[in-house]
Amino acid sequence: MNPILEMRGINKNFPGVKALRDVNLAVREGEIHAICGENGAGKSTLMKVLSGVYPYGSYEGQIVYQGEERRFARIADSEHLGIIIIHQELALVPLLSIAENMFLGNEPAKRGVIDWGVAFNRTRDLLKKVGLKESPNTLITDIGIGKQQLVEIAKALAKKVKLLILDEPTASLNETDSEALLKLLLEFKAQGITSIMISHKLNELAKIADSITVLRDGTTVETIDCHREKISEGRIIKSMVGREMSDRYPPRESKIGETLFEVRDWRVEHPLHAGRQVIKGVNLSVKRGEVVGVAGLMGAGRTELAMSVFGRAYGRNVRGQAFMAGREIDVSSIQKAVAAGIAYVTEDRKGLGLVLNEDIKANVTLANLPAIAWRGVIDDHREAGVANQYRGALNIRSSGIFQKTLNLSGGNQQKVVLSKWLFAQPQMLILDEPTRGIDVGAKYEIYTIINDLVAAGKGVIVISSEMPELLGICDRIYVMNEGRFVDEMPAKEASQEKIMASIMKQYGAAA
Amino acid sequence: MSQDAIAGAPDQAAASAAFWKNNLRDYGLLGSLLVVMAFFYFLTGGVLLEPVNITNLILQNSYVVIMALGMLLVIVGGNIDLSVGSIVGFVGAIAATLMVGFHLPLLDVDVKIPWELVIPFALALGGAIGAAQGYFVAYSKIPAFIVTLAGMLIFRGLTGNMLLGQFVGPFDRGFQAISAGFIPDFRDFGIILPAPNGEGRFFWLTMLIGVVGAALMVGLGARRWLRDRAQSMDIEPFPLFIGKNAIFGALILYFSYRLAENKGLPNVLVIMGALIIAYTFVTTRTTIGRRIYALGGNRLAAQLSGIRTDRLTFLTFVNMGALAGLAGLIVAARLNSATPSAGNAFELDVIAACFIGGVSASGGVGKVMGVVIGAFFMGVMNNGMSIYGIGIFWQQVVKGVVLLAAVFVDVYQKNKG
Repeated sequence: MNPILEMRGINKNFPGVKALRDVNLAVREGEIHAICGENGAGKSTLMKVLSGVYPYGSYEGQIVYQGEERRFARIADSEHLGIIIIHQELALVPLLSIAENMFLGNEPAKRGVIDWGVAFNRTRDLLKKVGLKESPNTLITDIGIGKQQLVEIAKALAKKVKLLILDEPTASLNETDSEALLKLLLEFKAQGITSIMISHKLNELAKIADSITVLRDGTTVETIDCHREKISEGRIIKSMVGREMSDRYPPRESKIGETLFEVRDWRVEHPLHAGRQVIKGVNLSVKRGEVVGVAGLMGAGRTELAMSVFGRAYGRNVRGQAFMAGREIDVSSIQKAVAAGIAYVTEDRKGLGLVLNEDIKANVTLANLPAIAWRGVIDDHREAGVANQYRGALNIRSSGIFQKTLNLSGGNQQKVVLSKWLFAQPQMLILDEPTRGIDVGAKYEIYTIINDLVAAGKGVIVISSEMPELLGICDRIYVMNEGRFVDEMPAKEASQEKIMASIMKQYGAAA
Repeated sequence: MSQDAIAGAPDQAAASAAFWKNNLRDYGLLGSLLVVMAFFYFLTGGVLLEPVNITNLILQNSYVVIMALGMLLVIVGGNIDLSVGSIVGFVGAIAATLMVGFHLPLLDVDVKIPWELVIPFALALGGAIGAAQGYFVAYSKIPAFIVTLAGMLIFRGLTGNMLLGQFVGPFDRGFQAISAGFIPDFRDFGIILPAPNGEGRFFWLTMLIGVVGAALMVGLGARRWLRDRAQSMDIEPFPLFIGKNAIFGALILYFSYRLAENKGLPNVLVIMGALIIAYTFVTTRTTIGRRIYALGGNRLAAQLSGIRTDRLTFLTFVNMGALAGLAGLIVAARLNSATPSAGNAFELDVIAACFIGGVSASGGVGKVMGVVIGAFFMGVMNNGMSIYGIGIFWQQVVKGVVLLAAVFVDVYQKNKG
């Protein structure tokens, strides 16, 4: 069969990061082609290049689709040729009906007046095709996530899809809905529609994929033809994580003391959907001088766990107990959590970590203003002294402490957020993706800071999607999936394969 | 020693260039005010800066400046308050009714309350109104635009109902003195000094206060500048520091002289000056000020840093309400009566003063000096155009254009930098 799509030598750079390096992808007409890889391997970036989210000229390389080289300037260009992408976060308007969503931006209209009769009839046909029994009048907000997924797919059909791209389509679906979706994909295949599917659920891929392309660190590792060789999950995992470890991590001698911080039977419900448990009974402990990692895929509930512990900054109906040095502590508000000695360094440093239009000085002292003030009056000179001290200690590269944090590089911004929390003098630091999107040198510096912290007898939790990082810097690793800790292992005995296997076990297949 | 100086030189030059760039707007604003004043000075043939007119300018703009101080905090915190004009009218009407006296039918008594008691009550009433609105904004999470739009309608309506088209007044002299009064002079203590030009009265105490005030400003400023330099803080380059102090010093001396020629220092100016100093201190030097800026700059980051953002938002509205109450008293005292239309559209002048003064509509950015200059910018234009005889409607057009232009320059600079 001929390839419907070939992507040749794709390179894509973001400031400071090479997201894709010489990626090649060939998809045959009428097949289901799976793309696998760790978080950050470049899967979504590649699909954004393909669909024109990143327009021609912002990447290097060639896209050949239906035998011709294509240069998409925007999403509409690729959609016009039948390339439809369904993102992990669904792009539906909750308070509009199914029919309204179906033709949003694409309405059957004469001179701007929508012909609702046509729209409703076509919606009914399309819903039948995807096997969804709902009235076109139903609001999106009133149907579950599985049905919403089907509406998205019906929407793709409305646009006369030839190449359907699904980004983690079953990540938020339950077993039954997932089954139905996979069946639907096989039906489409019979009708000649080509699909590209990004998924972490290797057992699903093994069931329906014709070929699997594995990405790692922004490059293509290999493309496996599922009809020529028998594939196993172990085979794919090895391909996904099989990278060499070098000394990207500063050495540390663990001096682990008594238990410092403990969380017992921690349960959290979703902030908007009461009753939906996001964290389902987590027990966690950290000893003095210990770096504890939390591994898991996106959406496993790691950030939600951390933020709910940090003064209920996430979720509702937070239940469970927290202990610091053996005494139960009250973490019912952020102020109390900080006072109890907890610090949470967010994964979203721009959105949640920094006040970008303020300078380094003001950001560093923000969480502990009383320490530089006397009766509510700030001592400017003491504040500058503190800021200079951290700027030096953490090697924050800037023109001075009066530089706005907006103009700092990602790594230096991260160091400012870290400084803020170091100045709050916590016992226990929770670092959420502390090295996301920063360069290798800055990463090494952050690891060194972590080592210094535990050397001073503090406890550190590191949440990271980069498994080599967890293996490189942690003493012990919890594996989290779907709101639970599914495994716990000393870092010495852990491996990426083992962690992956623990996660995958949840999906009902042996590695 | 000399090596250090050499090594430090290029750094210093870069730092002063950066400082100049970061603070260009402040100096630009001050410059524009001077230009506008000069323009109307010549256009009106010098009437703008006549002693009587300067006194008028201050009296006319005092309440805008006072409310702009509160509005600064509200907008910096990421909100807006549209109700301040109506609060001015409402508090004025209540205060007037209490002072002039009314019949309480329930107990069948006439009630009349001395103005000394009415003042704290009116301030508290303003604060309470602000608290009510702040509660809805901060804790019920209703957008401030909606809450204060409702407040604007409600309190304007209540004012109208209470006064029923009547003027309530007049008031005791003591109360009128808030707006119409001037500080006592040496003459009032029996010390009679000749005027410098030998004719008419000259209010020497006013001049003395101006001289001492200017000296204090320069002296304290210099002390701080030197200390900051010793601590290698982010300081103004020397020429700018000198230039700014020279201009402000000269302005203070000039206006003191002009005021001394007229009737001396208005009481309102004393209130306004004290508030400007207090709010400058609060915004630049205190933890609560710092937290309000952080709240407006990034509410979520502030929250995650352990700042009680809801309470802070609430407090900015309480503060705004109290200042609007004060403005209500000043307006009533100035008109010597409460009227149904008192404070009408004041919110627009106040908000415009903030935006002309460089406050960011998205929160987190703004300075006291900026809004004060912004308020006087509007005031000088109002006053100058009135003297020149430009119709009220054309005045609105001009003010609108100036507001848009000022913000356009801001946004343009921001996008370019």
